[in-house]
Formats: sequence, C-alpha cells, structure tokens
Amino acid sequence: MELRVRALEALLTEKGYIDPAALDVLIDAYQTKIGPRNGARVVARAWCDAEFRRWLLADATAAIASLGYTGRQGEHMVAVENTPQVHNLVVCTLCSCYPWAVLGLPPTWYKSAPYRARAVKDPRGVLKEFGVELPESTQIRIWDSTAEVRYLVLPQRPAGSEDLSEQQLANLVTRDSMIGTGLPGSA
Amino acid sequence: MSYHSNADLGGQDVRDPIVMEPEGELFHAPWEPRVMALVVAMGPTGLSNIDMNRAARETLPNYRDLSYYEIWLAALEKLLLQKGVLGNSPPPPKQVLRAGLVAAAISKGSAFSRTPTGPARYAPGQRVRTIAVQPAHHTRLPAYARGKVGIVERVHGAHVFPDTNARGLGETPQWLYTVAFDEKELWGGQIPQQRSTISVDAFEPYLEPA
Repeated sequence: MELRVRALEALLTEKGYIDPAALDVLIDAYQTKIGPRNGARVVARAWCDAEFRRWLLADATAAIASLGYTGRQGEHMVAVENTPQVHNLVVCTLCSCYPWAVLGLPPTWYKSAPYRARAVKDPRGVLKEFGVELPESTQIRIWDSTAEVRYLVLPQRPAGSEDLSEQQLANLVTRDSMIGTGLPGSA
Repeated sequence: MSYHSNADLGGQDVRDPIVMEPEGELFHAPWEPRVMALVVAMGPTGLSNIDMNRAARETLPNYRDLSYYEIWLAALEKLLLQKGVLGNSPPPPKQVLRAGLVAAAISKGSAFSRTPTGPARYAPGQRVRTIAVQPAHHTRLPAYARGKVGIVERVHGAHVFPDTNARGLGETPQWLYTVAFDEKELWGGQIPQQRSTISVDAFEPYLEPA
C-alpha cells in the first residue's frame, strides 16, 4: 500500500493536480487542529449559556460558526439534544458522513459495517456494546446522515457539575457522547 | 445498465462486534493519512465531485473486504483512470490546492445549498411515502427506507441532488427533507420494541404524498 500511495502522489504531483506540501498541511490540520475538542467546546458553551443553547438548537450552523468552527463537512449542521426522555444517535448507513468541522475524522467503528448495519435496527443493542444502557421508557431518535446535513448530539449536562468552569465542562464531553454512543464523564 | 451499491448496509445482518477506538486514534498505517489528504486535495481540481466519489466507492466489487482508506484509494484510482489522467490529454485542474490555502479552504468548505427552482412540495408534519423503486444509479435513499410511510420533520431548502451530480448530469437542486419513520414501519415485528424513531434526509424526488 505504501508504494502504491507514494506512486499515486508522485503521479498527481507530476501532472500538476496536487501540491504535495498541501497534503502535509491537511494531515496536520486533522491530526492537531480539527477534532472532537471543538465539539466539546460547543457543548460546554451550550451548557453554560442558555441563549447559546437556544441558538444552537435553532440554527446550529450559525451558532457553531460563531465559535470559529466552519467549513468542510460542517456546512449544514443540526444539533439534537438529549433529554431525560430522548436519546439521540447519529449514523451514516450509506458511507461515513460525519460532522468533521466539530468532531474531526470519524472513528473506524463509525465507518464500518457492524455499526452502520445495526444502529438503525438495534440501537439498544449497539448502545449496550458501548456500555450505555438507557431506561426502557427513553425514546431513541436515530439520525441517518443520508444527505449533507451533519448532526451533533448535545448530551445532557452531568449532575453535580454546577461549579465547573466551561473548560472543565468541555473536558467531560467525550467524542462518543456527541455521536450518541456514549455519555459525558461524571462531574 | 445495472448499478449495485455494496455500501447500503442499514438493517443488514452484520454480526461482527463493534470495535471500540479511543479519541485521537485516526490512522492505522502511515499511508492512510496520505490517502485522506490526496482525496481532499483532489477536490478543488474539479475532476470529480463528492457524489461521484461516493458512487465510485460503493460500486467497488470488493467494498466489503477493504478497509476504509483502501476503499478511498481504490475509488480514487478508478476515477482517475475514467477521467483520462493517464491518457494523452489529461483534463486540466480547475484549481490546485496550494499549501498556503489549505486552512482557508477547510474553513470555507463547500455548501450544498442552492436556490430552489420552485416551492417545496411537502411541509413539516405531512405524511409521505418513499418511492419503492431502486434506481440503477447512485442515490441516497437507503433500501431499508424504501416504500415506507413517514412524517416530514424538517425542510432544509434545496440542495445539490446526488442522483444527477454523481452521473455528471448537473446539480439539479432538489428540496431536502428530514423524514421520520417509526421503527415498526421499517422493521415490523422483526425486532423487539425499542421505542426508536429513525430519520433519514430525503430529497423530494424520493417522496410521494401518503
């Protein structure tokens, strides 16, 4: 694979389609700058600021953009909130559509057959694999990202977290809790 | 001409366990990030679009045997050959993504919303049925949601229509809706009740009044 990829990169460079230095910048961007900590900041802000929360739920693209997270695979955002009655779960059964701008690159499981097949048909079984058990009375809303709308789950704020700073709250927000396959850390 | 997607996995009987992965573990071999970056960097050249990319991936005959970035690489190779990159007159790039412009390009992204050519046919709260026929081309209505009755939840405006964009037939923007289905409608008695509602984002041509 290594040789095949290097050969392709050399070919595309030689033919003038790509600037190889751009590849390094792209890789660095997704390894160090664009990842779930962005989404965690969005969630923590929503937990602290009721007006921001309302904005996030009404116009997620604009609210998220106000924190500086925009662009590629985040152009059309919708935030869905977890409540005591409703738990949200996001999947892309057809490929791997994922809100890169706030969560970075998706984990391997999100892009793989078991999750894509089972999330829409056996969400409780899938959640159990992730160690999440919801009361029977909780409604599960599954969002299959079949177009360019990208979904961000707004998890419930952990109990007993009233005294935490926004940054401390952001540290409790896990990547999986923003996909719906996990819950935030405890305060 | 037939079209077979190997990627329409929703509801299929896949029994392998889900393998957990910690945050920050993005790649599993040194070549993987290079493939990711190659695909992203080829975007501005205009040789293909995201819908063509998805169509190229899902029609790989060995899709189910390949890892994620192997799929990306194989599909990129397939498209490049199709577009004549190795031929005598390779198509010129519309734009080349220079290193200094990467950050701005990522932040800008590329919106898929377009001006609609007419009013939306459906409104939130309306019952709709998804079309039953599986088209012989790339489309974004999953098989598990075909011929099913749901409720329109949201109207997103008009977006680039993948069905035409993937075939090089133009963007032909269509109204986009989030449609919610009760689990019983999709799965009948196949699974024990889970109190779940499954929503898909469906383009207007995928829907009929119900």
